[in-house]
Amino acid sequence: MRIPCPHCGERPVDEFTTIGTADPVRPEASSDMKDWVDYVYIRNNPAGTHREWFHHVGGCRAWLVVTRDTRTHAILGARTAEEARKP
Amino acid sequence: MKYSVFSLLRNAFQANRNWKPAWRDMSPRTDHVYDVVIVGGGGHGLSTAHYLAKVHGITNVAVIEKGYVGSGNVGRNTTIIRSNYLLPGNTPFYEWSLKLWEGLEQDINFNAMVSQRGVLNLYHSDAQRDAYARRGNAMRMNGVDSVLLDAAQVRAMVPYLDFDNARFPIRGGLLQPRGGTVRHDAVAWGYARAADSRGVDICQHCEVTGIRIEAGRVLGVETTKGFVRARKVALAAAGNSSRVAAMAGLRLPIETHVLQAFVSEAIKPLVDTVITFGAGHFYISQSDKGGLVFGGDLDGYNSYAQRGSLPLVEHVMEEGMGLMPMLGRLRVVRSWGGVMDMSMDGSPIIDKTPVEGLYLNCGWCYGGFKATPASGWCFAHTIARDEAHALNAAMRLDRFATGHLIDEKGAGPTPNLH
Ligand SMILES: Cc1cc2nc3c(=O)[nH]c(=O)nc-3n(C[C@H](O)[C@H](O)[C@H](O)COP(=O)(O)OP(=O)(O)OC[C@H]3O[C@@H](n4cnc5c(N)ncnc54)[C@H](O)[C@@H]3O)c2cc1C
Ligand SMILES: [Zn+2]
Repeated sequence: MRIPCPHCGERPVDEFTTIGTADPVRPEASSDMKDWVDYVYIRNNPAGTHREWFHHVGGCRAWLVVTRDTRTHAILGARTAEEARKP
Repeated sequence: MKYSVFSLLRNAFQANRNWKPAWRDMSPRTDHVYDVVIVGGGGHGLSTAHYLAKVHGITNVAVIEKGYVGSGNVGRNTTIIRSNYLLPGNTPFYEWSLKLWEGLEQDINFNAMVSQRGVLNLYHSDAQRDAYARRGNAMRMNGVDSVLLDAAQVRAMVPYLDFDNARFPIRGGLLQPRGGTVRHDAVAWGYARAADSRGVDICQHCEVTGIRIEAGRVLGVETTKGFVRARKVALAAAGNSSRVAAMAGLRLPIETHVLQAFVSEAIKPLVDTVITFGAGHFYISQSDKGGLVFGGDLDGYNSYAQRGSLPLVEHVMEEGMGLMPMLGRLRVVRSWGGVMDMSMDGSPIIDKTPVEGLYLNCGWCYGGFKATPASGWCFAHTIARDEAHALNAAMRLDRFATGHLIDEKGAGPTPNLH
């Protein structure tokens, strides 16, 4: 697996660490307990396209949102966390 | 046919021409209502079928498997069994599993090569020794065997390790003498044959594609061979648990990750126990064919591909070299991956679901092989009686909402670290 870092170009996956899915959205502090349980523990766990956090620790140290197919490991794109927040 | 030394001799004298298939090759009956349909013909699905039939007398059962029996994790694991757990929700369950392993071959009349060669967890620092002493004590309080060894005792057992490694010196180990290995394929075949002999339909090459629910109650499953009606449906799909649960509208506290394993070329008997490296995550044993069987960590990213990537291969080899430098002289002949149902606290789920008649068995992470007998035992009880057995009472689906997590490692909701 090679990840195309927007800063560093295509780099091997062992330069990165991942903390997994980028899908869950942090609820408001005042939200229901159910929303919090969902956010912390429940996962869509798709077989297919998945957005996930990768940290380029062995490179520019930027946080990226990588889109990847969990069935084939094909990387479909990578954006910086900041870019990924834009619609 | 009952397997025995006599059946072996009789068939040998008939030039082995009269052996019968070990179980009937069935398609699910679509003109019929099953009492229970089990989704997934891995170790857990098949053991559930066996104990449903044997312990609860429920034989109107189909096991529906999309591939062939043994194609999932039950045929991909590194075959280690043990019950060296720390937490009350886990220890009695895994110890019961080990007890079932001890009587399994007589129970199912199948040679599964259960070998209690011991499981030795090495420690490399004072802090780790203390943690292992605590675990060993917790085990003994639950009636589980455990022995804390110092470096000299470990050296007498396994002299070929790198004891004086500058970074990871071996200071001792926690030994569970009753742990060991079991021939994994034989477990799947043996349970399939035992369940079949009591009338369970084992249906291979049939994928479940939907779960039909009406007014909150399960009616059956859609499959590639038609709609199969059932009073109860039990999910035991391991790495694909989220996908089958989604067919019933459920979202699970599960992520699917890939774990790899490796086998070396065959050598003379060397490793006569199971050894785990405590300064990383590496475990090794030797199969009866002579190959060294070993593995390490997850690759770390979500995956449904039954293969991993090279950085992890390199990492596992480095750990092996750190423990046992002579490994460098051997060639690795095979490697493969399996997709694991990693739960959010590292412990499994055996429970009812919010859908009436739908039962769930998942979250085995990479320790579900050793659990195969007890998992089937408890799941069968949960399905038959519609309530958990005492041994799986803590393995609830709603524990994440109520805060009753069973987190052996204390790693929090980080499935790739459990
Ligand atoms: C490399 C590796 C090493 C491991 N080492 C160990 C070890 O040393 N000790 C240990 O205790 N555990 C180990 N494990 C973990 C253990 O193998 C698993 O936890 C356990 O096998 C999971 O239960 P199972 O046998 O029922 O799974 P599986 O055999 O995977 O069974 C699930 C079945 O469900 C089927 N299925 C999925 N979706 C559908 C569908 N829609 N329709 C029909 N069928 C479907 C699959 O085809 C599969 O056969 C290891 C796992 C791996 C991959
Ligand atoms: Zn970078």
